[in-house]
Amino acid sequence: MKMEEADNVATLLSEVSQGEVVEIVSEEGYVVDRVEALDAVPFGHKIALVDVERGERIIKYGEAIGVASRGIRRGEWAHTHNVDSLRLPERG
Amino acid sequence: MTEFYGYERPDGSVGVRNHLLVLAPIDCSYEPARRIAEQVDGAVAITQHHGCGLHWMVAHNLIGVASNPNVAAVLIFGLGCETLNADVIEEGLKPTGKPVERVIIQEEGGTLRAVEKGVRLLRGMAEEASEQRREAFPLSKLTLAVECGGSDATSGMAANPAVGVAADLLVDEGGTVIISEPQEMIGAEEHLARRAVSREVAEAIREMVARQVRRLEAMEVESRYMSRGNIEGGLTTIEEKSLGAVRKGGRRPIQGVLENSWNGLGRPRGGGLWLQDGTGWDIASVTHMVAAGAQVVAFTTGRGSTVGHAVAPVIKITGNPDTYRRMEDNIDINAGIIIEGGESIREVGERIFRFIVQVASGRRTKAELLGYRDFAVFKRDRAAERLLGFP
Repeated sequence: MKMEEADNVATLLSEVSQGEVVEIVSEEGYVVDRVEALDAVPFGHKIALVDVERGERIIKYGEAIGVASRGIRRGEWAHTHNVDSLRLPERG
Repeated sequence: MTEFYGYERPDGSVGVRNHLLVLAPIDCSYEPARRIAEQVDGAVAITQHHGCGLHWMVAHNLIGVASNPNVAAVLIFGLGCETLNADVIEEGLKPTGKPVERVIIQEEGGTLRAVEKGVRLLRGMAEEASEQRREAFPLSKLTLAVECGGSDATSGMAANPAVGVAADLLVDEGGTVIISEPQEMIGAEEHLARRAVSREVAEAIREMVARQVRRLEAMEVESRYMSRGNIEGGLTTIEEKSLGAVRKGGRRPIQGVLENSWNGLGRPRGGGLWLQDGTGWDIASVTHMVAAGAQVVAFTTGRGSTVGHAVAPVIKITGNPDTYRRMEDNIDINAGIIIEGGESIREVGERIFRFIVQVASGRRTKAELLGYRDFAVFKRDRAAERLLGFP
């Protein structure tokens, strides 16, 4: 599920295994992309839709939800291991 | 244009229910107040549990709820010696022009006489209220409160975005939406400020959220961290969590911040989306938005919240298909169909919008059918607020 046009991550509506092709749907229900999952990703977690460089913002709901703490490739799992909060740069 | 069928009140507002309210300004008179309400069809009793001193934040909210157009008439049922008394409530209700009666236990000579008088007065009010008929009104007369409780990973994915679509549809037809819970705006305040209609409103949004951060800091709660359950559920940052929470208010411009303190209780001054300086405590949060004028509540839940409200219908929407199947008796709308790929966010949002209009026109919600009449008022500690340097 891709929440907004500008988003560079999508939220998974079901668990996916590595190598699986994921259909990305919009709010209107259209398939807007197909991405091969580079990692196994749990339900409710996010997958990158484009290659993101370290320091680039992660966009969901059309807004920055954080910043890439390292390079993230299209199809990679995007979570706390590679995304930091802008509000809390150093993780405790 | 979409219309709903409601009851017109003397001040021009429109109720979606025709409740009779027995208001005990202090909990000393609540037990008999509750028994009075039980003896008259369509009546509901409310009180507050913050003592009998005149706490204006509590008084504003009791007056606000009694002023809500869902209330046809009010019986104030007091003890007599309280400071937050019938005079305060009656004075506050004058602008509504609705029927108000009062019974004071100490003046009537005890509980039995007061209850009898109360029941007789309330029966008369019920007869009059039952004469009223629903008429068609534009959605500019409808205010929706959006709330969430018992959230899970599906809330930000399905239920909140779908309710957000419904909120936008309502605003686009001239309606009003209120969203509260400033604690859930931490990390989303810049996003909200960018949507403000003016620089003053943007500043008011930042100040409201900053005050909440200060309160949490004073309580030694680190507002920037999330729970382990949040992170395991897939939420990466506080920004993501808060953006998912505020999504239930939709994406329209923010008209203003509604004050909710001892200084006053702000009401929306026109259609569109408004933020309220409220609380994260679900039942009280709903009460404060109802006190600000909301006639219908859209309540999203993941785990399965069951609460309703004393004077407003509460529509339950879950994004979790398993919760819907397990708790169908409590949940009105299954937005979990989005997760299962059966319908889009847009389609479910349109369905929620139609359901809101149906409920506004008289259709009962599950919480109403189950008899939920929840009510609680939240009060900020004035001394603590002063010590934090807040106005």
